[in-house]
Amino acid sequence: MPVRNMIDAIRDAIDVAMAADDRVLILGEDVGVRGGVFQATKGLIEKYGESRVIDSPLAESSIAGVAIGMALEGLRPIAEMQFADFILPAVNQIISEAAKMRYRSYNDYSVPMVIRAPFGGGVHGGLYHSQSNETIFMHCPGLKMVVPSTPYDAKGLLLSAIADPDPVVFYEHKRLYRLIKEEVPDGHYTVPIGQAKVARPGRDLTIISYGLMVHFALEAAAALAKDGVEAEVVDLRTLLPLDQDTVLTSVRKTKRAMVVYEANRTLGPGAEVSALIAEHALFDLDAPVLRVAGLDIPAMPYNQVQEEFFLPSPDKIAKAAEALMAS
Amino acid sequence: MAKTQPKAPQGLSQDGLVQIYKDMLVARLLDERMWTLNRIGKAPFVISCQGQEASQVGWAAALRPDDVVVPYYRDMGVAIQRGMTIRELMLAFFGKQGDPNSNGRQMPGHFGCRRLNMVSGSSVVIVQMLHAVGVAYAMKMRKQDRVAAVAFGEGATAEGDFHEALNWASIYRLPVLFVCENNGYAISVPQKKEMAVENVSERARAYDMPGVTVDGNDVLAVYEAAVEAVERGRRGDGPTLLELKTYRVVPHSSDDDDRVYRSREEVEAWKQRDPIKQYQLTLIEMGLWDAQRDQAVRAEIQAEIEAAVEEADRAPFPAAEDALRFVYADEEGR
Repeated sequence: MPVRNMIDAIRDAIDVAMAADDRVLILGEDVGVRGGVFQATKGLIEKYGESRVIDSPLAESSIAGVAIGMALEGLRPIAEMQFADFILPAVNQIISEAAKMRYRSYNDYSVPMVIRAPFGGGVHGGLYHSQSNETIFMHCPGLKMVVPSTPYDAKGLLLSAIADPDPVVFYEHKRLYRLIKEEVPDGHYTVPIGQAKVARPGRDLTIISYGLMVHFALEAAAALAKDGVEAEVVDLRTLLPLDQDTVLTSVRKTKRAMVVYEANRTLGPGAEVSALIAEHALFDLDAPVLRVAGLDIPAMPYNQVQEEFFLPSPDKIAKAAEALMAS
Repeated sequence: MAKTQPKAPQGLSQDGLVQIYKDMLVARLLDERMWTLNRIGKAPFVISCQGQEASQVGWAAALRPDDVVVPYYRDMGVAIQRGMTIRELMLAFFGKQGDPNSNGRQMPGHFGCRRLNMVSGSSVVIVQMLHAVGVAYAMKMRKQDRVAAVAFGEGATAEGDFHEALNWASIYRLPVLFVCENNGYAISVPQKKEMAVENVSERARAYDMPGVTVDGNDVLAVYEAAVEAVERGRRGDGPTLLELKTYRVVPHSSDDDDRVYRSREEVEAWKQRDPIKQYQLTLIEMGLWDAQRDQAVRAEIQAEIEAAVEEADRAPFPAAEDALRFVYADEEGR
C-alpha cells in the first residue's frame, strides 16, 4: 500500500473525487498554476483544466460566495482558503448563507460544498498564519466541522466531505502536512464524518483532542506509560457534530478527563467537551475535567520562545496528566 | 413629460403587456393589504415594494422560467412575476405552515422557491450577488444559454461583495444580469451619503462591462433594457449592470418612520410618477385597456387577496418541533 503524508493524501482525495465526478471543482487563491501554497492541488490544473481548477481573485468572501452559487446550481465546489487566519471575510458567506440555506428554504435549496483551510501553529507563522479559529464554525448548526489528524483520515474524511449534501468546513493542520506518513490506499474510500476515534486505548485517564494536538497527546501518553499511567487518547476528528458517545464512553471508563486544543482556552472546543462531560458523566469522575489549551492572548507570537509558550506541548500535557492523576 | 404614441417592445404580445400590468397591480394591492393587516395587529412586519413595481416586474419579465433569479427582500413584484401566488405570499406574510419560501421561518419579504427557480435570500444585503455569479459560472461551464439575474438596492453597493461579484463576473464574462433597484435611500441615508457617483451604473466601467441606467418607473423601458442585457448574457458576451432609478413611496418597513428623513413634498412628487398609473395610461393609449376592465381586474385581485387573508389567518403555524427539521439533509441525502 502506498505511503503518503497528509498533503499528498489530501491532493489524492481531491484527484479521486474530480476524476469520478465532473461536478467537482476547486477554487481558491493560487490553487491552479502554483498548485496551492502548500501544494494541495499540485498538478490538478494540468489534469482537469482551468474551468475546474480556478485561480480565484484574492477575495475570500467571493471564493465562498461564488462556491455557494455553484453548489446551488448543482456543482460540488471545493473552496480553498489559503490560511484559516484569512477566512474571516468569508465567514459572512459561510455562516449567514451556506449554513442557513437548507434551513431557511425549508429543504428547497442546499449547499453541498467544502471549505478547506490550513490552520494551526508551531510553524513560525506569527499572529496571522497560526490561528486555530475552528470554534467559530463549531458554533454554527447547518455546518459540519472536520479536523483530521492523520493522512489516512484526511483522505477518507475529505472524500466524505465532498460527497456530503451539506457545507463542510475542513481544517488541515499545516504542521501535520509533512510531519507524518502512513499507508493510505489508492482510489476511493471514506471515513465517516461525526465519528471520533480512540487513537490509543488506556485505563487511567482520557485525553480528548484533535489535529496536531492528538500527536502531542500520544507522545505524552507514551511518556506517561513509562511511569505506569495508561492514558486513553480520543481523536475527535469531527468537531461538529461532536461524537458524544465515544467521549462519554471513554470518560466513564477512565474516570478522569482532560481536553487538549490549541485554540484560545476560553470558549474553545474544550469548553464544549467539558460541559458535555459535566452534563452526562459528572458522577463518574474522580477528578475535575482539565483543559490544556492555547493561551488567552490575541494570537500566537512569531518568535520561537513565545510560540512555544503559547502552544500546548507533549511535556505540558504529560505534566497536566500527572496533576490530574494526583487529584 | 411629453408623450409620443407608446410602442410595445419587440417580443411582447398583447397578453404579455397586460400580464405585466396585472402583476404590478397584484404587487401593489397585496402590499397595501399587508400594511393594513400589520396596523391592526395581524402580522408583526412588512417590508414594502410599493413604488418599485415597474422595476421589479419589468426585469423579471425579461427572463425565462429556466433562468435563475436571486431577488432581494423588497422584490415581491419579482416573486409574483415568477408565479408565486397571492395565497402563498399571504401564508408567508403570516408566517404560517405551507409558506413555500421558508415555511414561516423567515420574515416576510425573503423570497425563494425552487419551483420558480428563485433562490432563497437572507436579510444580509448584497451577499446574493456572489451566489448569482456562482450559478452563472455553472451555467457557462455547462454551455447552457441560461442566465442568472440578481437584484439589490443601491445602498448595498457600498459593500465589498458588490465589487467582488462584478469582478468575478467580468473576468469570466458570465451570463449575469445585475439589477440595482435604486430607490434613493438606504433606509434613511440618501444616495449622496452612500456614494460619490451619481449613477451606480458608472461603476460598471471599472469592471469592463456595460452599465445602463433607466427610469425604473417606466416598466417597458426597464423590460427593454433587461432584455438587451439578458440577450447579451445568452450570447456569451458577459454580464451587465442595470440600474433602475425608482422610489419606495412608503417607509422602509413597518418599523420605520420616513417623515424624519424625507419631506412629504418629495414623496408626493414621486407618487405623481406612480409606475402603475403611468403604465395603465400607456396600455389605454395602446388600446389594450380601459377603465371598466381595470375595475373588474382590481375587484378580482381584491377578492383573491381577501380569500388568501382568510385562509392564512386561519392556517396553523408550523409545530414548534418543526423548527428542528432540515438543519442538515436527512439520511437519504435530501
